[in-house]
Amino acid sequence: METKNAEDTVQTFIQPSKGWKIVDLKELVRYRELIFFLTWRDLKVRYKQTILGVGWAVIQPVLTMLVFSIFFGEFAGVPSDGIPYPLFSLAGLLPWQLFENSLRTASRSLVTNRNMITKIYFPRVVLPLSSVLASIVDFFVALPILILMMVYYKYSPNIYALLIPYYLLLTVVTAFGVSLWFSAMDVLYRDIGYIVPFISQLWMYLTPIAYGAGMITDPRLQFIYSLNPMVGVVNGFRSSLLGVYNGLPVQSMLFSALISVLILVSGLIYFRRMEKQFADLI
Amino acid sequence: MPNNSVVVNQIGKRYRIGAAPAQYRTFRETLIDTITNPKKRLHGKMTDSNSFWALDNISFNVAQGQALGIIGKNGAGKSTLLKILSRVTEPTTGSARINGRVGSLLEVGTGFHPELTGRENIFLNGAILGMKQHEIARKLDEIIAFSEVETFIDTPVKRYSSGMYLRLAFAVAAHLEPEILVIDEVLAVGDAEFQRKCLGKMSDVASQGRTVLFVSHNMSAIVRLTQETIVLEKGKMVMQAPTAEAVDYYLSHGFSQEGLRTWTAADIPADAEPFVPAEIRVLNPQGVISDTFRSTEPVTVEFEYRLAAPITGLRVGIYLLSTRGEFIFTSFDVDDTETFERLRVREAGTYISRCTIPADILNEGRFVLGVNASVFKIKRYFHDEQSLVFNVDGTGAPGTQWPEPRAGLIRPKLSWTIEVKE
Repeated sequence: METKNAEDTVQTFIQPSKGWKIVDLKELVRYRELIFFLTWRDLKVRYKQTILGVGWAVIQPVLTMLVFSIFFGEFAGVPSDGIPYPLFSLAGLLPWQLFENSLRTASRSLVTNRNMITKIYFPRVVLPLSSVLASIVDFFVALPILILMMVYYKYSPNIYALLIPYYLLLTVVTAFGVSLWFSAMDVLYRDIGYIVPFISQLWMYLTPIAYGAGMITDPRLQFIYSLNPMVGVVNGFRSSLLGVYNGLPVQSMLFSALISVLILVSGLIYFRRMEKQFADLI
Repeated sequence: MPNNSVVVNQIGKRYRIGAAPAQYRTFRETLIDTITNPKKRLHGKMTDSNSFWALDNISFNVAQGQALGIIGKNGAGKSTLLKILSRVTEPTTGSARINGRVGSLLEVGTGFHPELTGRENIFLNGAILGMKQHEIARKLDEIIAFSEVETFIDTPVKRYSSGMYLRLAFAVAAHLEPEILVIDEVLAVGDAEFQRKCLGKMSDVASQGRTVLFVSHNMSAIVRLTQETIVLEKGKMVMQAPTAEAVDYYLSHGFSQEGLRTWTAADIPADAEPFVPAEIRVLNPQGVISDTFRSTEPVTVEFEYRLAAPITGLRVGIYLLSTRGEFIFTSFDVDDTETFERLRVREAGTYISRCTIPADILNEGRFVLGVNASVFKIKRYFHDEQSLVFNVDGTGAPGTQWPEPRAGLIRPKLSWTIEVKE
């Protein structure tokens, strides 16, 4: 399918799609208002008829941090790369929750918006995309708590804090890429609805949030461990925020980016392939 | 072809039957399928035995500013065609060229969120339907006024009555200004007053030089709103003709010619439950089922149906229509208040509702019988405006000594007196 803008009218040509174009950016730009409104709807609806409202975006990571600090930090004495445990775990939890919330909402986004898909045309990728965008807002709502904690523990970021946006971007890209896979599969297999919460729970334990990545010393295991894209992202976020770096971590930056982009591109290709059947199968 | 808004070229759509499409699959099912029947794959090639053509080789053009009607029985492929043209689903074969923005009213209220207020939903729904934000802001007052829900516009729509909800949804859709408007049966919503408003809005759209594609079972709306109509039958296009001709063809073909129409499970929509229509037939005074009657004899109509569960307040009735879709009358079996009181709860069982159209009423010509089973203001269980067609022969009717057609649908025998005024 292709659409081109003449002077005043839009011409659409409809035919069975073929080819490998993975995403139509021009079309996405034309649908930017829809992306905006869907994101806005998700945000607006998320905390309707709740007492604490947007407070939930803060309560969740803070309570998790407390539990982690008591059980892992105090009782188990889990090593935290020399950083005070509460600060250590919260700095890992925030990017992780950004990832997890995006994954959870975006993976279900096609099926929950089934009635839109079967009735109206729009680039389907808009649905997981706007779910991910809405999750970013929660992250920024919780961010001040982390900053307060840094002040309390007298941690100040250094110049490498400039890498924070880079790692946030990778978090979002990875979450979006995985969601593309899951949301498209969800159309065919409703199992995905059960699998996602389970996977994200396992995934969290495979990511250095409650413990420091320094615990893993065997180089072979280290390599396998680092194939988890969230390892590099969470470590990178935490290290750049807390001023751990004292040189540009080029190797890990590139490696994380490579894995994230691979997931995104493969996700886009799979989504594109399945997309044309969504309305018939959902 | 510079002036064609829509050019459809040999479009076909194939759907898979059996296992996959409508059902949700799970990994387990797929695994079991793959093990027990390794050759059958979910994404495998479709063959004639595991698929069918919902649309087959459809080609037509619509000139700019023209209103085209699309008619056909349930399952003829009308909705699939609209879905392809509004790009919801892809064709399997063929292509179409569309000049202009397509606004689709396949279903009003798409994307409405119950937690959002009326005003918020207007913006959201507008964006989903392809309106720009400034466009919506400009038309906001107009949309609110049209919907008649001003007082509740800042209330979440989950607190709306279903009528208010529909009116608001339609108001947004009606203020779309696409070059091509695709409409599927929206006229079936709301009360009579609101329907009138909608029809008015739609003829406005058509008269503004915009192209309209209109799918409906309501023949009178088709006749009123469109100039040309295509008739679909089992996925094939059987004719494209001026509307009057196409409607007449549609109403007089594809029906049983024996004065009898039977419904099978496949014809009955799922929401008719627990009402199960079985058969409608027309009988002459000798009690024989026939498709042709004399104007001078009564016509007995029998509608047989089954109730799988008791229904309170049920009324079962018939419509009589002309082949152009004009209503001649509507009558229900419990129009008489005493009968209605007695049958307030209709128990489960099989029923025949029978009535007689008196002699000396109908003019010669062809008539269409429809049926309706509903509970007033609560639910319409079953509704079919074109169940059966029968012919009336005028021989012996008043005035047939003059061999000329009489205008009008009815030809009642009136008692005249002639007196000479002194």
